[in-house]
Amino acid sequence: MVTALILLIVLMILGAIAALESKDLLSGIISLGIIGFALTVIFLILQAPDLAIVQIIVETMTLVILIAAVMKTTKADTVETFGKHSIFLGLVGLVFVFVFIWTAVKAFQQMPGFGSMPLRMASEYVNNGLALTGAGNLVAAVILDFRAYDTLGEATVLFTSVVGITAVLRKLGRNRV
Amino acid sequence: MIVFILAVLLFLVGLYGILVKRNIIKLAIGLIIMEYAVNLFFVLAGYREGGTAPILDGDLAPGTVFVDPLPQALVLTAIVIGLGTTALLVSFAVKIYEKYDTFDIRKIRKLHG
Repeated sequence: MVTALILLIVLMILGAIAALESKDLLSGIISLGIIGFALTVIFLILQAPDLAIVQIIVETMTLVILIAAVMKTTKADTVETFGKHSIFLGLVGLVFVFVFIWTAVKAFQQMPGFGSMPLRMASEYVNNGLALTGAGNLVAAVILDFRAYDTLGEATVLFTSVVGITAVLRKLGRNRV
Repeated sequence: MIVFILAVLLFLVGLYGILVKRNIIKLAIGLIIMEYAVNLFFVLAGYREGGTAPILDGDLAPGTVFVDPLPQALVLTAIVIGLGTTALLVSFAVKIYEKYDTFDIRKIRKLHG
């Protein structure tokens, strides 16, 4: 199983490089689909069927949104050139990446290995979830009962983004150009 | 442990896209890659050896090991929020293209209306 996971994550990394390096925006977006659908399979392997269902819908929606935006505008990528600020920006980026990798190494030294994570918080949910909420699906019990305020916040963020999109893309309104 | 390192590598690919690319759509793609990497990392961290999906039904053998439901619930929220932020970002990109006729962030200099 770990071998299948490694192969799928390597496929995701290759898809990510293809998505970022393609000269055509449309093929870059299609390569992004590799990552999302490989992630769906990984969620299934990792025993997370709820996440797989949500991920496959969200990935399709993301691709539709991105393709609609690109078809409405242009498919051509911009050309990368390096000006006089590039060296400074590159140095800042390198420092940032090194700090990130250093933090990741420090964190990995504290973590138990893959597959042996202790159930510190969730043992309460696993042992008492059915009695307290009556929900057989523990993920649903967590998002809709134990952490329902999280879901309320999620709905708020989603509503805000919908309001923002309609405000940005509206055709009517003040016309000051 | 190697799957964790590969997830961090995927995050770094997305970070490379955000730091190097100049096209707004490419920046959005880099952001989506980073988001997927974080979701993947959370679910990998919640996996337990030999665990089954955290769904209780009648014919479960006693002593069944479940995977951690908490990271799954958090990632479920994060996936949906990611779609909302991506859609908002892309709608800004379309509006910028209508005004400037380019996706190049170096050419978008006029901040006034």
